[in-house]
Amino acid sequence: MRGIKAAFRVLSSLKLTVVCLSCSLVLVFVGTLAQVDQGLYLAQARYFGSFFVFWSPRAGGLRIPVFPGGYLIGTVLLLNLIAAHSVRFTFSRKKIGIFMVHIGIILLLLGQLTTEMLSVESHMRLTEGQSLSYSENGRRSELVVLDPSDPLVDDVVAIPQGHLKLNAEIRHPRLPVTLKVRAYHPNSRLSRRAPMVATTPPPADHGLGQNIEVAAAPPAVKMDERNLPTAVVELVAPSGSLGTWLVSSVLEDFQDFQVAGKTFKIGMRFERYYKPFSIELQKFTNEKYRGTEIPKNFASRVRVKHAQTGEDREVSIYMNNPLRYGGETYYQSGFDDKDPRVTILQVVRNPTWLTPYVACILTGAGLIVQFLTHLVGFAKRRKS
Amino acid sequence: MNKKLHWLLPALMALWVLSATRPPKERTAFQTAEFGRLPTLLNGRVQPLDSVALNALLQIRGNTSVPLEGNAGNDAAWGDFLELRDKYPGTLEVRKWWQFSKHPKRLKPVSWLLEVAFKPELADNRFIFLVHHPELISELKLQNQGIENSGLHYYTFNDLTNHFGVLEQQASRIQKIDPQARTPFEKSVGKLHFSLGLYHRLRNSFRHEKSEDPSRQLAAFEKALVPGVEAVRNREGGKDYSKEDLDALMDPLNQYDMVARVAYPLIIPPPGADHSRDAWSNLGTSLLQAPRAGVLHPVTKIYASLASSFRQEKPEDFNKALSDYRQWLTANSFLAEAQKGRREFAFNQLQPFYKCMVIYVLALVLACASWFNWSQTLNRTAFWLLGFGLILHTGGLVFRMVLEGRPPVTNLYSSAIFVGWGTVVLGLILERLYRNGIGSVVAGLVGFITLIIAHHLSMDGDTMEMLRAVLDTNFWLATHVVVITLGYSSTFVAGFLATIYILRGVFTKSLTRDVAQSLGRMVYGVVCFATLFSFVGTVLGGIWADQSWGRFWGWDPKENGALLIVIWCAVVLHARWGGLIKERGLMAMAVFGNVVTSFSWFGVNMLGVGLHNYGFMEAVFQWLAIFVVSQLILIGLCLMPDRFWASLRSSSQSPGQSPSRPPSRPGISGGHDSLPQPTGK
Repeated sequence: MRGIKAAFRVLSSLKLTVVCLSCSLVLVFVGTLAQVDQGLYLAQARYFGSFFVFWSPRAGGLRIPVFPGGYLIGTVLLLNLIAAHSVRFTFSRKKIGIFMVHIGIILLLLGQLTTEMLSVESHMRLTEGQSLSYSENGRRSELVVLDPSDPLVDDVVAIPQGHLKLNAEIRHPRLPVTLKVRAYHPNSRLSRRAPMVATTPPPADHGLGQNIEVAAAPPAVKMDERNLPTAVVELVAPSGSLGTWLVSSVLEDFQDFQVAGKTFKIGMRFERYYKPFSIELQKFTNEKYRGTEIPKNFASRVRVKHAQTGEDREVSIYMNNPLRYGGETYYQSGFDDKDPRVTILQVVRNPTWLTPYVACILTGAGLIVQFLTHLVGFAKRRKS
Repeated sequence: MNKKLHWLLPALMALWVLSATRPPKERTAFQTAEFGRLPTLLNGRVQPLDSVALNALLQIRGNTSVPLEGNAGNDAAWGDFLELRDKYPGTLEVRKWWQFSKHPKRLKPVSWLLEVAFKPELADNRFIFLVHHPELISELKLQNQGIENSGLHYYTFNDLTNHFGVLEQQASRIQKIDPQARTPFEKSVGKLHFSLGLYHRLRNSFRHEKSEDPSRQLAAFEKALVPGVEAVRNREGGKDYSKEDLDALMDPLNQYDMVARVAYPLIIPPPGADHSRDAWSNLGTSLLQAPRAGVLHPVTKIYASLASSFRQEKPEDFNKALSDYRQWLTANSFLAEAQKGRREFAFNQLQPFYKCMVIYVLALVLACASWFNWSQTLNRTAFWLLGFGLILHTGGLVFRMVLEGRPPVTNLYSSAIFVGWGTVVLGLILERLYRNGIGSVVAGLVGFITLIIAHHLSMDGDTMEMLRAVLDTNFWLATHVVVITLGYSSTFVAGFLATIYILRGVFTKSLTRDVAQSLGRMVYGVVCFATLFSFVGTVLGGIWADQSWGRFWGWDPKENGALLIVIWCAVVLHARWGGLIKERGLMAMAVFGNVVTSFSWFGVNMLGVGLHNYGFMEAVFQWLAIFVVSQLILIGLCLMPDRFWASLRSSSQSPGQSPSRPPSRPGISGGHDSLPQPTGK
């Protein structure tokens, strides 16, 4: 019992608050510096979206935890706050500000956690006149086998990138074949194979892989780069092996294979999120300031069509003016240097997007209340 | 009598500022200033030629005027540089700091631009090209040439003409190297190459550099338009054509084509009110369109007559062309542009932030002096000087906002100006409350430093550049950016208050218990303010991000930088409330707040990642490092035992006590009772 009390005292102490805050200071600083080498997303996952920051010595696969990660610090801080308030806090008018501040901080921490867990980012690349009812996740790919025999809807089996490990065997009741992964590169470069020069056999013996060379590439680091995975899979039908195929996110076309006289298609593409509505790009404008290369305005005029509700309307999406629709936010994210008719929209699904607003209003107001109380007290004392 | 003395200096300063609002005196019969007011389009915005000249000169020479007189070698003969150069071999020198009696003639930016544009034979002999690197100086064989000013060497265009081959060769090699991987020598070459390019562009912006009499040439071209076009048609159709007519059209067109390719500012306004207001063009482009349009843009004729009359020394014609242009602008509804040109010209003349810098440094010295002889007059003078400086500073900010049509902070330059403004406001409030000179010193010091920083940031060129699309929202610029910048101001004020505490405590005996306690209260209060501003500012930034990108927090370096300040303030406050630190700990932590804030303000911009990255500045890195080291030294001083503190030693002379543990320890023991009670308990 005494042990629990002591532990609770530590958990609710201001010292722990200071330690946690100081740790988070170091973490944010180091995590920011790490972005230079590791890129925004990798550093974010390593430092902020983890319980520990690991350090791996060059040799051996050791992972030594060297510092608390963002999740751990956040959790302890949260417990510390709740414990402190449950132990020490008595509600009074003088402390209402502090109370508001801390409730706000708790909300902010929880909101950030749920955002990290629940939010999904994807993008939509549209050429003028094109209409899409899905967005793509540029950071994750999927291996897809589809049955095109139905003229209206393709029958699709999608295998997430995470399952593609060397020598893995993938079976699924709706798959006509067993897939054996013969090679896998999380990021890769493809080049045309020169048959007269090449000394090694082609990476695959069927489909496009016969004329292609694959080179593994280091993981993408920069903001504007993404991983382009490539895999070589062997297709094994009940009747025996059909040979190997090369699939890659770089290749746009899917490749055919036959099982028992029926044609299927196989390929790799970025993970897709289908929506019950479609978005059509009507016009994309990309203006620069006269005589400069400074972008002045990008705007996408789009048409949103929802078959079920019969909704059909036009909206403009431009910088600082996103479209919020169907629980998602569509914002103007980029353009194609080579094709002026192409827009790139970022699509974010974040069910808890409202929490930071509430949290911030609470905390901000709490700070103002608290400091005004101090200030008034200070002024009164000075007068007397 | 003594009571009114503190008005004297502020009044003098006011006179000085007012004198700059008068229209500048013309040295010649040419209305140079009027030329400087003409509107052009550059960097996507309408600006007067004066700003074009000013920013070009800043980029080429690194300052805003061209000295024409100075000393020759060691015997210090004084005179015009060009005459001295012929008489005395070796490097010439600009006025030395002790030569108060000498007032060298200087070219103002517009006068310099006029020379570059219309009389390059003069401009080519002005010492404007700054060459940094000693290796480059010897590579270009420039030793014993040019002029020197405190270690910086300047050369004329003519000094450099023989070395274009070498430069071009080096520059094309260097352009392939990543800017961040270049050596100082390569950077110096790159800079000189850029300066020469800019100069060449300016020379060909108002006429082709070989055109002796642009007015006559243009008149001939206008006459040749109709027959010339017919000749071209006939030739294309395989018919007979007049070779003479064709040449009369094509010869000048070749020159205009060159101007169209290199001209720098877009000086020709849109042809009429029915065109887009942005559709300015440069002189060459406008003239190249003439054959198709069949007529000349009237403004091309005005510039041609400006050029010819300036070249032929005919001020009446020059001034008449200027007034023609004014009338044309009014008649064709370009009143707004003309007004913008006049206003920005006036702003450039006023130089409010430069004057503020002088006023702040003066106030700083007076307020510091007041600590030593406790003169109320000095202290009051400093206060009113700062007050006047603040009015000027505010005026300058508002003037800039009106010119840009934007909230005060739009780029790093304006953030420096605004941080300075915030610290002066805060410092003056503190001074008003405590009246002990401390608020004034902080206001003067930080105001001065931030304006110096702003001045150096302005060397990169136009400080009112257009905002890229993401930032183009006055609402968020006015809220998020302003609040977060005020957060920077308050952390800096807290940090510099703590600096005063430490320096006065360690090196002087002036840190009495009273002073120490009031400093403690000030720092605590300002940290509270900093917490509020930084938190609200950071959160507003998150909301902006959510509004425009659908993502509240992205761990972008600039966001993290802001977060660091918030966390640091929270650490300071909680450590104070938890009794982990006392007054002196608070001071050490407040100083460290300077480090955190400077990292957030400048450091993250050097990382080169993220959406917020708007400019990589290597020179800044060096200064940032120096600043951080100085702050760490201060923290070290702060943490020294009491016996090294002059103020504590003096009050602990009671016999029998250990000198390191004085009975009454001003500055250390106090604090807690004077603070608001610890909260959350």
